Amino acid sequence: MTSKYHKKEPEIDRRQFLRRTAVTCGLAIGAGIWGYAYYSNEPVRHREERIYTFRNFRVEESKSYPAFVVVHGKHVEKMARTALTKLGGMTRFIKPGEKVLIKPNVGWDRQPEQAANTNPELVGAVVSLCREAQASEIWVTDISINDPYRSFARSGIETAVKRAGGKVKFTTENDFVLTDLKGEILKVWPVSRFYHQVDKVINLPVVKHHSLSKCTIAMKNWYGILGGRRNRLHQDIDLSIADLAAAVRPTLTIIDATRVLVRNGPTGGDLSDVSLEDTIIAGLDEVALDAYSLRFLGLEAKDVPFLALGEKRGLGISDWKSLNHSEFTI
Amino acid sequence: MLKKYLTLQNIRRVYSVFFFLLFVILIGITDFRNMKGYEVSLFLELNPLVAVSTFLTSWTVYKGLALSLVIIVGTLIFGRFFCSWICPLGILNQWISYFFNKRRPIEDYKVNAYRSVHRLKYYLLVVFLVLAAFGSLQIGIFDPISLITRSFSVSLYPSVNYWGGGLYLKQPLFHGGVLIAVLFIALLFANRFLTRFWCRALCPLGALLGLFASRSLLRMRRDVEKCTDCNKCLRFCQGACDPHAALRVSECHVCMNCIASCPENAIHYGLSGSNSSVHAPVDLNRRRFVETVVASIILFPMLRSVVNAQSDPQHRVIRPPGSIAEDEFLRRCIKCGECMRVCPTNVIQPALLEGGFEALWTPILINKIGYCEYNCVLCSQVCPTGAIVPISVEMKVGKDPTRKQIKIGTAFFERGRCLPWAMNTECIVCEEVCPTSPKSIWLDEVEKKLRDGKTRLLRLPHMDAKLCVGCGICENKCPVHDLPAVRVSSIGETRSRTNQMILKT
Repeated sequence: MTSKYHKKEPEIDRRQFLRRTAVTCGLAIGAGIWGYAYYSNEPVRHREERIYTFRNFRVEESKSYPAFVVVHGKHVEKMARTALTKLGGMTRFIKPGEKVLIKPNVGWDRQPEQAANTNPELVGAVVSLCREAQASEIWVTDISINDPYRSFARSGIETAVKRAGGKVKFTTENDFVLTDLKGEILKVWPVSRFYHQVDKVINLPVVKHHSLSKCTIAMKNWYGILGGRRNRLHQDIDLSIADLAAAVRPTLTIIDATRVLVRNGPTGGDLSDVSLEDTIIAGLDEVALDAYSLRFLGLEAKDVPFLALGEKRGLGISDWKSLNHSEFTI
Repeated sequence: MLKKYLTLQNIRRVYSVFFFLLFVILIGITDFRNMKGYEVSLFLELNPLVAVSTFLTSWTVYKGLALSLVIIVGTLIFGRFFCSWICPLGILNQWISYFFNKRRPIEDYKVNAYRSVHRLKYYLLVVFLVLAAFGSLQIGIFDPISLITRSFSVSLYPSVNYWGGGLYLKQPLFHGGVLIAVLFIALLFANRFLTRFWCRALCPLGALLGLFASRSLLRMRRDVEKCTDCNKCLRFCQGACDPHAALRVSECHVCMNCIASCPENAIHYGLSGSNSSVHAPVDLNRRRFVETVVASIILFPMLRSVVNAQSDPQHRVIRPPGSIAEDEFLRRCIKCGECMRVCPTNVIQPALLEGGFEALWTPILINKIGYCEYNCVLCSQVCPTGAIVPISVEMKVGKDPTRKQIKIGTAFFERGRCLPWAMNTECIVCEEVCPTSPKSIWLDEVEKKLRDGKTRLLRLPHMDAKLCVGCGICENKCPVHDLPAVRVSSIGETRSRTNQMILKT
């Protein structure tokens, strides 16, 4: 009996020889091509990432309406409506079918009474106004410092937005795109991609104390578009605020000064840190609006260097008294 | 028609699908947005092994764990039904054994026969219960419900998030999580070689229920007159309990497969009839049992002769708010990972050896990954064993006038790394994010002299240890983020009487 290891390789004919030679040559050539095509002096191949720039969200300035409107009262929705009517109505800012993004301050896991976030009633009212102006989609977003789910829920903003017919957009890790801010110190930073997907942007900040920049109102609210380690910006906060405000020019700014956090900002936490001011301020000029709102914190324009920086860049006028404005109480 | 399908086997199948899905859903909704008031730790609370071992360590049947009485009483009546009707790990093992079966039918008969290795689980149970009686709760490593809860929370669900399932703002990350994942996969993979290897040979809960089941009223009964000894009942037997011979009641999962397999209708479930076969007792050797007890008594002091957070506070062992004192904590924590699953910032992490071997996979806070959300008490709501007792936000932050706020540690500045202190650079991030009111971090305005002789007004951060709650958001947000310039250590934690530094608080 022959062993099972006795099997012989069959002899090959010419045709088989040619076929095997062809396969071997083909693989050898393939290896050569692969080496040639991918030869590199770099250890890693990088794909060029697209760098976005902000589009222009502004509408034309108009002399027929006041530059900004101050409304005092208790009923937040009526105050918002009055402010917008005086500024020419939401239709002046939003054309039917446009996508609108609203940027309130929803940084913290705090309740509305603690005044660390924008008043949910105001957010709801602005969403309603946008819907009445026939915006196709109304997004509300912020990049919270505390857990975003908790911040949006406990600030009451998620409920208010849903009730008014808007949509809360949570920014996930994958929702950041590199954006050129073209600033003096802020160049390319990761920014929430929602800003590149909308036609109009409404800034909806709240007036709060802040130990470094003295105040956080409209211009500083743009910290909330950035991802990455954005707290590095505090090392030159005034220039950073000016850079951000120059990069994102909103269509409209409505400042919530219904409840003002005067101490322990920007987090607060105690009701004794909050002062009731029952005011909202609406307009186009963030510098003027910020300058006006300083009164709630007992500050003046000269205490806040970023206002001067903003003015120098043509973002607005810090001397709000020189502007055409009107004040109402309802 | 309906009667044809309404067999006990099919009813068991429906139950197993239901309970497995229920388990998946309950873990799925264990987060801030979906939890509402649901009993998300239900399966852990139904678990008699957790109830018995935590009873031995601390002499209480804690709250929801009383639910496990349902299973104990049920087992005494119906037999070890938990394993194939309710246990998510048992059901998962069964499905994997069935769908990844590579054997020919003839080999199924062999693999589903009882093997002597199956008695290993009883000795494991003895080891864990003896350790528990001395006050060391290690059952969490082997308890099947803790194991699958931990594996799902720390490995499976994050992997679902990774591939885009479920909206997650940030991919959940876990300290040494892959270890838990690899062990879980290995355990599932074992099914390919030995059907339900875990359930038959290792599971201490199965062993405990087996002991109860050995006294059960209703059982599989084989009519010795009708039986032709064809052994067909062995082919799909889930417990490897020898239904063809003297049934090993303590191994039988009451899966009802043998009834369906029997061509002679010789097997029924219930009380014994006139021709019912005898049953075999628990396969436990008295001498081996005594040896195991003695070995465990020797093991216990070895386990305790180590440096851990009990013998000496460990700075990295920062426990979630509401945790009880370390000694008691280790008597209660079953390492199930519910708190890690529910934590919104991902700060709660499975410990490796930070708190000693006994504290393996217990929750610690790693502030580089997350931070303790000031107004959040979710981890205390889900803990099934009371290692973290339920607290309210008011209790945590100290709004309750009768109690002080809950401190989990204290933050310290490392001035050599802090930007204003060491680099003369403006930075107040820690102060900005500090959640207490008034803030624990306060700023001292100081004129500092620079290298070039000029001066600069800088705000230098200081810590007020009496106000600091140890939440760690300062550490988490510090711009010097590889080794933050402000770090939390466990000292000053409310739960400990000894881990304190300040005389007057």
